[in-house]
Amino acid sequence: MDMNIPYTVEERPDTGLANGKLGIWLFLASEVMLFGAFFSTYIILRIGSTEWPHGELNIPLGAVNTVLLISSSVTMVLAWASLKMNDFGKHRMYLLVTVVLAAVFLVNKYFEYAAHFATGEGPWHSTFLAIYFTMTGLHGLHIIGGIIVMLYFLGPGAKLWKTNPEQFTNRIEYTGLYWHFVDLVWIFLFPVLYLL
Amino acid sequence: MSHLDIDATRKTIRLYLAIGVALLIFTGITVAANGLHLAVPAAITVALIIAIMKGSMVASVFMHLSHERKWIYGSLILTVLFFIVLMSVPLFTILDGIGTPIRAVPAAEHAGHEK
Repeated sequence: MDMNIPYTVEERPDTGLANGKLGIWLFLASEVMLFGAFFSTYIILRIGSTEWPHGELNIPLGAVNTVLLISSSVTMVLAWASLKMNDFGKHRMYLLVTVVLAAVFLVNKYFEYAAHFATGEGPWHSTFLAIYFTMTGLHGLHIIGGIIVMLYFLGPGAKLWKTNPEQFTNRIEYTGLYWHFVDLVWIFLFPVLYLL
Repeated sequence: MSHLDIDATRKTIRLYLAIGVALLIFTGITVAANGLHLAVPAAITVALIIAIMKGSMVASVFMHLSHERKWIYGSLILTVLFFIVLMSVPLFTILDGIGTPIRAVPAAEHAGHEK
């Protein structure tokens, strides 16, 4: 039996949106609240503490990671724009570059974490490191999730382009929205944890 | 896709690249401002203003929020309202008097009051 899911490409008459678009935005709204709760916790911990460490984190490495994520946001949006221009080859190239940039971000994060653990400075060491590992760890999990989705669209998910290119383009747009959100969270995490 | 659409997408790509460059420049400014060793309140203000500007650029251009449908704006307005409540929680903890020590009334003063 052939069953079609409605409104994957065409817009619903009531919302004026494809279902996936509204779905990803509602998901991102829940993500705003999730990270918002951690930022709120950070403020409570910081104003409640008598002293707050400065210069404990590697600022150059944090700045490099910011550059990597911003660049990956640009390549992600170019991957979607390439599909809009019917250039599947360029789309794959940009999506692959996005995955590589995200992977390098994680490698840098690994070195940062390893340096802390080598000196016995785990999350148990101080309030600052507890919130640092919690927030960057949660963000890192989001990076891993994004990489898995992008690898799916570089692999088996790419077949959809041949059968339904518009639906594939929409899926890449939703992946991009998620990825830009992950970038947006880092834009705030970097100054809050590394610089202030 | 029509030629008009492809031309429009090409123009948008130039905008994406320009925004990408602007974001990198703002990242440089954030790190440079940190080197000035400003007082903590000033440093927080500068860093958050730059972060908000960068975040707005990502949201409005990369996430296309500058031209979205009203259903998305509606859900985001609700999110912003709840986010403001969430960010107000630290303020509530400061205003909360529970647990604040109350000055003990001296015993002599207390006994005199009973007469």
